Order: sequence, then structure tokens, then C-alpha cells
Amino acid sequence: MKELEHDSRNNLEGLKGWLNPSRYGWERISYWFQRITGVFLLIYFIGHVYETSTIVNGQNAWESFLELTQTVWGHLFLIMVIGASTFHSANGIRLIFTHVGIGLGTPGRPDYPYNPSSLNYRQKSGIWIALILSAAAMYYGFTVLFGE
Amino acid sequence: MNNSNKNNKDEKKIVLKIFRENTAQKTDRHYDKFNVPYKKWTTVLDALLHVKSYMDPSVAIRYSCRMASCGSCGMKINGIPRLACYTKISELETSTIECEPLPNLPVIRDLVTDFSRFFNHHKNVQPYIQSNDGVDDSDTEKKTFSFYQSPDDVDKYLQFSYCIKCGLCYSACPTVGTDLKFPGPQALAQLYRYFADTRDEAKNRLDIVDDRHGIWRCHFAGSCSKVCPKGVDPALGIQLLRSYMLGISKNEKKLAKKIEIKTNEENI
Repeated sequence: MKELEHDSRNNLEGLKGWLNPSRYGWERISYWFQRITGVFLLIYFIGHVYETSTIVNGQNAWESFLELTQTVWGHLFLIMVIGASTFHSANGIRLIFTHVGIGLGTPGRPDYPYNPSSLNYRQKSGIWIALILSAAAMYYGFTVLFGE
Repeated sequence: MNNSNKNNKDEKKIVLKIFRENTAQKTDRHYDKFNVPYKKWTTVLDALLHVKSYMDPSVAIRYSCRMASCGSCGMKINGIPRLACYTKISELETSTIECEPLPNLPVIRDLVTDFSRFFNHHKNVQPYIQSNDGVDDSDTEKKTFSFYQSPDDVDKYLQFSYCIKCGLCYSACPTVGTDLKFPGPQALAQLYRYFADTRDEAKNRLDIVDDRHGIWRCHFAGSCSKVCPKGVDPALGIQLLRSYMLGISKNEKKLAKKIEIKTNEENI
């Protein structure tokens, strides 16, 4: 079928489609968090490799760089890393199962009001568990880093 | 109180905010607002047709069956892709209803979008039964055989065959929004529909989506299943297909038996 003459990217949502993830329910929120935490952790790992590589410039260089994480903002950044990695891992395990068809239900004859079996309570529970684990890990990190 | 007065009293009004653009004439994008009367049973499509009939006949919309069967009147209503004929104003519970064209499909005019790309993806997955063991189209036309399928066999694909190609899932998909080569939930679910059909013997259909822009780009946001007005659940079909392609699924496909049909003449 020949496309009409107009810009094919006209009306494309692009990254704007990620904004306001609550429009489509918990699964879309989970998708959004998974992507955001993934990008955040990638940035962290690049920074982490750079940080550890400063050891080649001697102990002073290493320690002065490490002091960055001993500030209030450094602690808050590390708490974010703890939360992001916990959510990304827990939700990632759920996604591995779904990607191989586990926990989604089986095809059947849909009846009104058409509740899709792939968006069942097991999936929602998995998302909530990932969020709760993430919050708990962040709280624990907060008590360790800001304790005393 | 007579009936007409009672009806007028029951009649409420809603603000319908309609997206306007004519890409051929390169007009600026803007919204027009209309105060439209509605009742408990008025759908968004009814309200749009009221605007066309009594306020502004130039508003462009695509519609046909008015009963969620043709899939023509898909549009973004209050930020979510829905069928206008299947969405009651009273259920939206807002004082303003915003109607926009379906995202990820190029706008032709106002609320009408170009489905060419969407249908091309659908066509690319070969959405038809293919038989490879000497039975050709002429046999099918002569109806010299029939397939035997049990109800369980039918249940494996029936849900996915309810697709009306309305494009709502394609619009809701965040991957489509960033990758135009991605076939989208509709095409992938249709591929699974034919793959799961025991009458089908296509050998290379899975190769079509075994690509970095293919099935592997789906990250299970589930929005396709959320907006589907027919309960097709494309996300389920895609994950089941991926499971098979990864070699995890142990569901070996058993082909339907072909039973020859004897004509009346032969029986005599």
C-alpha cells in the first residue's frame, strides 16, 4: 500500500510518549521506571568505572574523588543508585518471566469487559513488589548513610 | 411538565475540544471548542457528528459502523486512544473532552490519520493461512477437503482473530513512537494468530520479525492490551510468540488433519 504524500514522522509521539505514564496503568509505569532506571544505572556505571580508574593516579587522587560521595548530595545520589538498581533487578526478573510467556495466562474466548489476561494481578503484584523492595532498600541505605 | 421540557432539563452540555489541521494545505495546528448537548447514552462519536451537523461541517472524522466493529473511529480521547463510538461522554466524567488524531499515525486532516504504514506492517507478516503439502489454492476453491480442528485448537488463536485493525494498540505502543520499523502490536499479534492456527504451515513467517526492529523491540509495556476495544490482548500474543522463538515454549505445533470432502456425485 502506497503511503500518502506527507511527513511520515508527522504526529509521532517519540519520547513524549514516555511522559505521563499513568495514562496506561501500572504496566506502563513499570515500563517507564525500567527505562529511566536503566539509563540512570548506565550513567552511574560509566561514572563508577571512571571513579575506580582514578586509582592509577595514586592514592590521593582516589581519595579526593571518593570524598565526592561523602557529601550530602553524594549520599542522596548513592541512595538513588540503590533504589534504581533494586527496582531494575526485581522488575527485570518479572520481565524475564513474561518474555518467555510465564505468568501471563492462556489465550481464551474474550468476554466483555475484556480484561486482558496478560495484565493480570500477578503482573501488577510483581510491579508493586519491585517498588516496595526499592523503597525498602532506599530506606535502609538512608539509615546507613545518614545514621548517627 | 411535558416530555420536551423534561428532556431539555435532563440535557447537559460538554465542551468538545477538537484538534484541527489540514496537512495538504499546511494549516497551523490548533484546537476548536464546541459546546455540545449530551445525554447519558451519548457517545463521543455522536457528539462529533452533532458538531458536524449543526456547528462546523468542515470537521474531518472517519467512521462507519457506530458499534465498535469496523475500527474506523479510533482517536485519542482525553489522552488515551479509544474508539469514539465505544466511549460514552458520561463515563469520561470530565467537563471538557479533548479529541485528537491517533498518535504515531500521520495526520491527513483533523482527526483522520493515514493507516498506510499500519496496514503495510500487517501485510508484511503474511496474515493468511499457508499450506505446503501439495494442497494449492485450486483445491481450496473447489472445497475438496476440510480441516479438522478441535475446540481447544480454535481457542489458541480465536482471541487474536477478533482484531478489527482500529490502530489503537499501534498508537498506544511506546516502541512504535520511537521506531517506525517496529511492526507494532497489531501485526505481531496477527503473526501469532496465524502461527498458532493448526491449519497454517508457513515456514518463514517467524523470520520476518526475527530482527532488531522486530519482536525483540517489544518491552512489554502492556499499553496495547490496555486500549484494545475487543479483548484481543496483543501483549499476550507477542510474549507467547517470543517464548516460542526463544525455544522456551514446548508447545510443538500439531497440524490440523485434512479430511477429503466427497461430492454428492461421488457419493451416488
